[in-house]
Amino acid sequence: MPPEEPVSTDTMEKEAKQRTVAPPMVTARAPQVPDQGQAGGDKDQVKIQVHGLNAWFGEKQVLHDVNFKVVEHQVTAMIGPSGCGKSTLIRCLNRMHETVSGAELKGSIRYENQEILAPDVDPVAVRRRIGMVFQKPTPFPTLTIFENVAVGMRLHGIHDQKLVTATVERSLRGAALWDEVKDVLHKPGGSLSGGQQQRLCIARALAIETDVLLLDEPCSALDPISTAKVEELLFELKNKYTIVIVTHNMQQAARVSERTVFMLNGKLIEYGPTDKMFTAPDNRLTEDYITGRFG
Amino acid sequence: MQRHFEEEFNALAQELLKMGGHCERMIQASVKALLERDLTHSAQVLKWEEQVNVLHVQIDEACMHLLALQNPVASDLRAVIAALKINNDLERIGDQACNITQNTIDLLKSPGLRIPEGMARMTELAQSMVRLALDGYVKRDVGLAEHVLALEDQVDALKDQIFNEELADMTRNSVAVPRGLDIILIARNLEKIGDHATNIAEDVIFMVKAKDIRHHLDQAKA
Amino acid sequence: MAENLFKVDVKRARIDRLMRGLCWAGLAVALVPLLSLLFMVITRGWHRLDLDFFMHLPRPVGIPGGGMSNALVGSIELVAIASVIGMPIGVLAGIFLAEYGDNRFAKTVRFYADVLSGVPSIVTGIFAYQLVVKPMHGFSGLAGGFALSLMMIPLIARITEEVVRLVPTGLREAALALGVPRWRSIVSVVVRTAMSGIATGLLLAATRVASETAPLLFTAFNNQFWPSGLNQPTASLTVQIFTYAISPYQEWQDVAWTGALVLLMMVLLASLASRLTVSKNRQIQL
Repeated sequence: MPPEEPVSTDTMEKEAKQRTVAPPMVTARAPQVPDQGQAGGDKDQVKIQVHGLNAWFGEKQVLHDVNFKVVEHQVTAMIGPSGCGKSTLIRCLNRMHETVSGAELKGSIRYENQEILAPDVDPVAVRRRIGMVFQKPTPFPTLTIFENVAVGMRLHGIHDQKLVTATVERSLRGAALWDEVKDVLHKPGGSLSGGQQQRLCIARALAIETDVLLLDEPCSALDPISTAKVEELLFELKNKYTIVIVTHNMQQAARVSERTVFMLNGKLIEYGPTDKMFTAPDNRLTEDYITGRFG
Repeated sequence: MQRHFEEEFNALAQELLKMGGHCERMIQASVKALLERDLTHSAQVLKWEEQVNVLHVQIDEACMHLLALQNPVASDLRAVIAALKINNDLERIGDQACNITQNTIDLLKSPGLRIPEGMARMTELAQSMVRLALDGYVKRDVGLAEHVLALEDQVDALKDQIFNEELADMTRNSVAVPRGLDIILIARNLEKIGDHATNIAEDVIFMVKAKDIRHHLDQAKA
Repeated sequence: MAENLFKVDVKRARIDRLMRGLCWAGLAVALVPLLSLLFMVITRGWHRLDLDFFMHLPRPVGIPGGGMSNALVGSIELVAIASVIGMPIGVLAGIFLAEYGDNRFAKTVRFYADVLSGVPSIVTGIFAYQLVVKPMHGFSGLAGGFALSLMMIPLIARITEEVVRLVPTGLREAALALGVPRWRSIVSVVVRTAMSGIATGLLLAATRVASETAPLLFTAFNNQFWPSGLNQPTASLTVQIFTYAISPYQEWQDVAWTGALVLLMMVLLASLASRLTVSKNRQIQL
């Protein structure tokens, strides 16, 4: 029962000084099991569904039983401290993980309802539909800007010059780079600035028939203005593509994504809408990570 | 690990408590002036009001500082937003206490003053509500906040009671109208203080549970 | 009055000057043999460096105007044969070692390549004699080229491997991520990027092999006349220099010096060319 008699002023002052601020409690909901990846009842189309994914580098297990889904025409961000497995996870999505010797993965990854980890699936074909852009911009140094964008097509055997030129322009426009390079297409790929190079790599990925774009910390090597340009680009791109982005910058994840995955020590801790994740996460660990109590 | 954010936030919370302390004192003193028919208490109220205004500005600035520079998210964000709102409610409470003082000064000029019984009780309740709500904020205790919501009913009931008493009085005797009006006004001031304390409690519940219970009165007061 | 916080330490400065002096002295000492060699070759070979040298066949002693034209052509022919055999094998081996070189087989290959590159050139010559000259019942350009290729292969393989390894992993991954099969990514991206480095390696190997004498002694043997066929003994600059140098005739000895000068100039030009390609390469790398 709270006190009802009026208390003297001095006592109130003393009480005020003694009150310490209690540490914040996490929202008092029952902890939810991370999303098991059932297709939503709402209009969100599931593009990629990951179920029971485990991955190893030799003897060391780096992903433990990961389940989540990637929704079409949305940006899904993956956050977590260094070494949590988010890069490994994104590289499993286009079967790049297995290019490292000793790497293994088990589980299920379904792309538009087709299992891409099946033994009869060609990883090369998977990578044509699911493209990737890496942390360090990697334009091919011996090729010109034009050829850099066209190289994907050429290596797939497309030689129709008109088609190639049209696609190169379309991709460079799609990557918001056309206006900056349309007069210097013959210059070597390495002659652009860091931010432009990264957009060139995005254009290169767009030029083949991808409809999912995986970005592994695409802005970590870029200055803030180039980062902002790439983020703007993502807003436009998601109308036509589906995007998954790994980032160590939580504010970036908050800015650009609709859904966020939080990983820790190879486990998926929480997965859900970004605004919920950043205003009222379910899991204590998520809360601690995004408020900077560790990591 | 003590984060820099926590240090700054604790300082902010202490300021809020200080402000709350002033408000409680103002409530008590403003009605004491009426009960004891002693206007020296009223002068005190006006002095505290100045301090409350200074704190109001300082706390707003501190919140803005935290939001811009520390980028709080999740529970930290909710705590800072709650602080902003509570700051406003406390300032309004201070204003209401000043209004009580003003009305008291007018009232004490009237002859034949009879102070209704419920007035003292209303004052205690209003003070309690403010203290409980702030306690709830600092301790992040939803139970305290919910208790505040329960007390609001009592305050409203007392206001109605006073209103009806005075109305009856004024109907019988037209000389009683000026003082009756002043008394009703003071009762309304106290009821408004209760409202603001309720707002603070709702903000506490929002901060702790991430649930916005405003305008869903039946759900909140279970 | 504040004292100078950044005063020069006199003792340290003295030691610094001493060490610098020693380094310069070391450089001078190292340069002496090189400079004296150049001086000697130039002064003794210079006066017979004429059109005759490049155009005429060797002539008997006493008859003026003999040259080493056949030896020059012969050397080119031998290096060409060696390249045709050695370059493809060497480059492919180098690419294999760089791209797929994490297993035991590759380690073994690498080891044996190193061993092969350390084999004395005369032994290579004898080996080629046994393998090619004997069955063919005669000395030949083929045998000479074969012997030279044995020296080329490990050298090219190692240089190619180094250069291909230098291609950043990011480029390989970027190529794979475009949905390109591994072999294609190696050919079209990795090797293409390493191309100028590989070309430099090839140039260096060819130069090195053109300067060899011992393996040619009993494979290509020598020939005073124009090369008449791959299966015939073939003249080469190095063996011809050898032959003339040990002869008792002043005339021939003079021509030998000129031959040495020409050989030296070739090596110098090749080194310069390889340096130029390397620096051009550096401009493209970001």
